[in-house]
Amino acid sequence: MAYDAFNILKSTAVPLPIENVDTDQIIPARFLKATERKGFGNNLFRDWRFNQDNSPKENFVLNNNLYTGKILVGGYNFGSGSSREHAAWAIYDYGFRCVISSFFADIFKNNCLNIGVLPVQVSVNFLNNIFEKIYDDPKTEIKVDLPKQQISIGSLANFEVFEINSYKKENMMNGYDDIDFLKNMKSEIQDFASKTPF
Amino acid sequence: MKKTLFDKVWDSHVVKSINDGPDVLFIDRHMIHEVTSPVAFLGLEKRKNSVLYPNKTFATADHNTPTINQHLPVSDPLSRNQLNALEDNAKKHGISYWGLGHEKNGIVHVVGPEYGITLPGATIVCGDSHTSTHGAFGAIAFGIGTSEVEMVLTSQCIMQPKPKKMRISINGELNNGVTPKDIALFIISKLSTSGATGFFVEYAGEVFKEMSMEGRMTVCNLSIEMGARGGMIAPDAKTFDYIKTKEFTPKGNNWNKAMEYWETLYTDKNAIFDKEFIFEGSEIEPMITFGTNPGMGISITKSIPNKEDIKGSVDTFIKSLDYMGFNEGDVMLGKPIDYVFIGSCTNGRIEDFRAFAKIVKGRKRANEVTAWLVPGSHKVMKAIKEEGLLEIFEEANFKLREPGCSACLAMNDDKIPPGRYAVSTSNRNFEGRQGPGARTLLASPTVAAAAAVTGKITDPRNLI
Repeated sequence: MAYDAFNILKSTAVPLPIENVDTDQIIPARFLKATERKGFGNNLFRDWRFNQDNSPKENFVLNNNLYTGKILVGGYNFGSGSSREHAAWAIYDYGFRCVISSFFADIFKNNCLNIGVLPVQVSVNFLNNIFEKIYDDPKTEIKVDLPKQQISIGSLANFEVFEINSYKKENMMNGYDDIDFLKNMKSEIQDFASKTPF
Repeated sequence: MKKTLFDKVWDSHVVKSINDGPDVLFIDRHMIHEVTSPVAFLGLEKRKNSVLYPNKTFATADHNTPTINQHLPVSDPLSRNQLNALEDNAKKHGISYWGLGHEKNGIVHVVGPEYGITLPGATIVCGDSHTSTHGAFGAIAFGIGTSEVEMVLTSQCIMQPKPKKMRISINGELNNGVTPKDIALFIISKLSTSGATGFFVEYAGEVFKEMSMEGRMTVCNLSIEMGARGGMIAPDAKTFDYIKTKEFTPKGNNWNKAMEYWETLYTDKNAIFDKEFIFEGSEIEPMITFGTNPGMGISITKSIPNKEDIKGSVDTFIKSLDYMGFNEGDVMLGKPIDYVFIGSCTNGRIEDFRAFAKIVKGRKRANEVTAWLVPGSHKVMKAIKEEGLLEIFEEANFKLREPGCSACLAMNDDKIPPGRYAVSTSNRNFEGRQGPGARTLLASPTVAAAAAVTGKITDPRNLI
């Protein structure tokens, strides 16, 4: 098992209604110098979260005690730019297990799925609805039901179905990753490799 | 069934397709660097796995390396530690390693093509989003995360759903002063920073046919900046000429066999793309960015748009302009600048330095401008010296630094100070990308040169 299995998550959420949040914002390059995967959560959104003298920026949502939880809600095109998996690690290490947006960048989405953070893509309307509800009442809970592929907010009647391919879904629900799968294909892969041109 | 270039290369590398899941894709070439590989090696060891094909992985140090005094020990202990980890891992697992000071060292996406690691029709991955560069040769090349680096080390495969296909054609001729960088920034400004997410792009049309291999690399490099996993251009005589003499290119009978495959690498007539864009070369002018993502670019002679005229969130747009210290409607020409950076995997090749030299020759660096000229590799640095470009630079008061990623992502000491403006030939103008608080304006080497000698944003066509 590569990470904690994900089934049903009920949590309050942290709103970040900014579009095109790139992975350089999620974790700036100068914090990528570690050779082990630990401590990245401290530098999550470093330059939005802290001043250069390391004092917290009061108007940034992670410094606002009203908003907490295991779910991060971002604007359109979340996670664009650099392929650094450190961005997904920072999100996980900080304590988030799920990111919701109306659109995700490709590599970031893959990285999340590979380490056990569930990216949930919802419609623009549903996303706006989530932001409104959280701002109305920061204690509003979101329920992410992976087996049913449903996300609901407030009352269960207010839900949307989200996409995930069945292979990745099963991985997430069991905490498996692709290496577990690929290891079992070794002879098939070697056979294939012997026929490749270079 | 009619196939696209992308289909042909992808389909020939699928070891297995999983129902309602990804394809298991065989990887021909894997490149690694010091930042995104150490945790992959840790994972490999933790699971007691070994590297399945060490001869298909190539290591080079680039992201953290200093660009002055490379012969001295690296002063930052964290950077040094990461560089040492790469060296140790490469040696331990029998992987080719071109570390700091090695004659073949340089930015991973510059050295790959220089030595023929990059080949047409190959699948190439690296833990770096600008791996898309190698698509210039008709390869499927894309960036991956560290978990995937571990997968490739372990199994020489990764698991990916097949992307959708997009073709971007540019026909006709280009205007004077327009370079491949301008073309890429133009396309991204049209499609936006997420316009090609979920797609793999093929670039087609006369403009790309006429373009040099290095120009094609610049364009493919920037594919990720519109969200595409990668971009590719069908290999042609220019491609084969470029790779023929390179060290790792197949030789003799292997070359002939490879050519049989490579000559099939084009999009069949009537093959279907999920999305198509067609532009005219004459629409494009020298470009510059004004905001905090690469999609926020305009012709250098234009003004910053008003919030009423943009797509997407107005709040995000205003946040971006506030960061840059610009206003809606500002004219870009004449804005003063503090720094110029030429280099990176986008524009750190010899043709880029030739273009820079053409403008600065016989002129002087503006006194108020700090300029960093960073070649993409030792090979580029050598060519700069041999072709006499170094003399032109020194005559114009520019100094040449040593190779590496440098100020593109500012992991080393090459950081733009807070609030300062840098015209940069790199690939990202994100907040803080070139240092905390730094303000980046992306442009071509030609536009960067014009800014370097005038101290402000200047139309290079006035200096050609």
